[in-house]
Amino acid sequence: MKIRAQIGMVLNLDKCIGCHTCSVTCKNVWTSREGMEYAWFNNVETKPGIGYPKEWENQDKWNGGWVRTREGEIEPKIGGKWRVLANIFANPDLPEIDDYYEPFDFDYDHLQNAPESKHQPVARPRSLLTGQRMQKIEWGPNWEDDLGAESEKRSKDKNFEQVQKQIYGEFEQTFMMYLPRLCEHCLNPTCVAACPSGAIYKREEDGIVLIDQDKCRGWRMCISGCPYKKIYYNWKSGKSEKCIFCYPRIEMGEPTVCSETCVGRIRYLGVLLYDADRIKEAAATPSEVDLYQEHLDIFLDPHDPKIIEQARKDGVPDSWLESAKASPIYKMAMDWKLAFPLHPEYRTLPMVWYVPPLSPIQAAADSGHVGTNGVIPDVDSLRIPVKYLANMLTAGDEEPVTLALKRMLAMRAYKRGQQVDGIDNQKVLDAVGLSAAQVEEMYRYLAIANHEDRFVIPTGHREQAVDAFPERGGCGFSFGDGCSSGNSELNLFGTKKINTVSVGSIKKYKPQRTPAAVDD
Amino acid sequence: MNYFNELLFGIYPYLAGAVFLIGSWIRFDRDQYSWRAGSSQMLSSKGFRIANNLFHIGILLLFFGHLFGLLTPPSVYHALGLSTQAKQLMAMGFGGLFGIICLIGMTFLVRRRLTDPRVRAISSGSDIFILLLIYVQLILGLVSIFVSAFHLDGSQMLLLADWAQRIVTFRGGAAAAIADVNWIYKLHIFLGLTMFLVFPFTRLVHIWSAPIWYLGRSYQLVRQRG
Repeated sequence: MKIRAQIGMVLNLDKCIGCHTCSVTCKNVWTSREGMEYAWFNNVETKPGIGYPKEWENQDKWNGGWVRTREGEIEPKIGGKWRVLANIFANPDLPEIDDYYEPFDFDYDHLQNAPESKHQPVARPRSLLTGQRMQKIEWGPNWEDDLGAESEKRSKDKNFEQVQKQIYGEFEQTFMMYLPRLCEHCLNPTCVAACPSGAIYKREEDGIVLIDQDKCRGWRMCISGCPYKKIYYNWKSGKSEKCIFCYPRIEMGEPTVCSETCVGRIRYLGVLLYDADRIKEAAATPSEVDLYQEHLDIFLDPHDPKIIEQARKDGVPDSWLESAKASPIYKMAMDWKLAFPLHPEYRTLPMVWYVPPLSPIQAAADSGHVGTNGVIPDVDSLRIPVKYLANMLTAGDEEPVTLALKRMLAMRAYKRGQQVDGIDNQKVLDAVGLSAAQVEEMYRYLAIANHEDRFVIPTGHREQAVDAFPERGGCGFSFGDGCSSGNSELNLFGTKKINTVSVGSIKKYKPQRTPAAVDD
Repeated sequence: MNYFNELLFGIYPYLAGAVFLIGSWIRFDRDQYSWRAGSSQMLSSKGFRIANNLFHIGILLLFFGHLFGLLTPPSVYHALGLSTQAKQLMAMGFGGLFGIICLIGMTFLVRRRLTDPRVRAISSGSDIFILLLIYVQLILGLVSIFVSAFHLDGSQMLLLADWAQRIVTFRGGAAAAIADVNWIYKLHIFLGLTMFLVFPFTRLVHIWSAPIWYLGRSYQLVRQRG
């Protein structure tokens, strides 16, 4: 067993109002640059829909994620290593910019400077790639916002598999939900595996997946490897970029920008302990339906003294172990079984999880035909088909999703009974296997959602990263060899790192029994 | 004339080579962020897949063809039972074939680079310059096959190989060895050396980074602190 810790995220879709505040604040902070205008590290899609880039969930088209081979191993769906290299000159699985959208701006200037005319001046779009006039904006990161696009196009949504989708094209039957998406910071990321340069890596201390911008050579295989299409090619710099999970904030114990600014308070951040030795085995599980359970089985109980002892041995700091005990992610994913990974069938073991949304009771139910399971409405009478959610969150297995929805309904029924009718309706809790204490806690986390409950983030232990003392006399912030701006160890001009103390000779010094025997 | 000959084919190779090596090193050391293949595939991919593969496969085969063709000493291929004449025919045949593969791909790429509005808009001066330089060099190389057809005895080829071998073994007299070859070969050599000279200042640096190490590494990479 090799225990590692990761900061995971849960998004409570039941409370997402699709306001795009997460997307906009993220964009303002990280991608408001040339070459990255089209890239949204975080975007919110309305489901059902084909999303951004178009049909990103359709892996028959894009070949993202992993596949299990006949030998029981896993390899990227874009192909093994030889195949990746064979495709390096022209990647057959690369989305074009039009699959995202052509970045544009409007001629706002014209509003100010237009000469007097009969008609109101308008600001027309202009391409940020070519600078030329664009006749029409064709797509965007939230093009299908609130079911904005035609149902014919939206029905291509992969999650409609085995769902009678024609019905949901009808206005009376239609349903929708919001899906905010960001990098999943997977345990088994395909982008890392697909990178020929080895520039993408997972940080051991917090699990954040990053691209080394100096080592990236722009072979663009990661874009195809990632089944969530959350790696973006910066067409200006020729390097790939992705969500960095706001690591400078996480290291300071602060939530990511998208989480902090979420007005619906739907995002949760917390530590999960997992067994790194079991990743490969879990990702290679024969049946896709079992992947969700296999993923749960990798997570370790932070209250177990044996786990704590082993984690200490593996170098997880105590502050992280304490945070793991209070982790909202652990509670939602493991204790209450409310949160699910997004598309576990991609075999990437994603670490951004989702609580499925409840939805209004259908018209039939309203007029008295509602199937009730004793006290709470039957989840089958919810507007969003359970199969649709299951296709998204559990590789099609409806049972865990149903239980989660029931538990959320039970929580509401119980709290309503308690606060409106003044009765403790234990029966409703027994039906979904929750205790009163659990439900009170669920209520605190899901309904009240205080800042300190949502975000339990230990600060990074930077004092372990570098010996900070010699840096004191260095050159402040630089990327490499002290005051020189070079990057490599073997410096062309022979610059040596400038420190307050000569680190090298101190390391060599080993006290002996007879001090006279020491030469240096 | 002799002076220019010595400058271009005796001294320039070393200047170009030195700039190639030291320039690459400096760029790698000081500005690795700029070190990339510079793909524009995502901006315009129509026909790109075939064309770019043809170009790259063609030019790689041409590069290795030149490497072995120019640097293998006559005694080695004679020992392998290959006569000088046969080697020249081989060079013309394979060079022609690879050259045409490369030319088909490149013609598309040059057209795309210059006329596709998106690709054109993001192209730097050096992107266009290096593409046209290689294109001209490729056409020169193909034309020189016809010139070679006028002297099938392999004598000119021997002189050119002698020049290359003298350069890489620091024997001197390299420029004098090709003083009398056809101007088209000289121009081809000059442009070839120029490609080495400008190499560190263009996107060509991605050639250094051919990711063959990928084949030997594990799929997952985890970086520890520090």
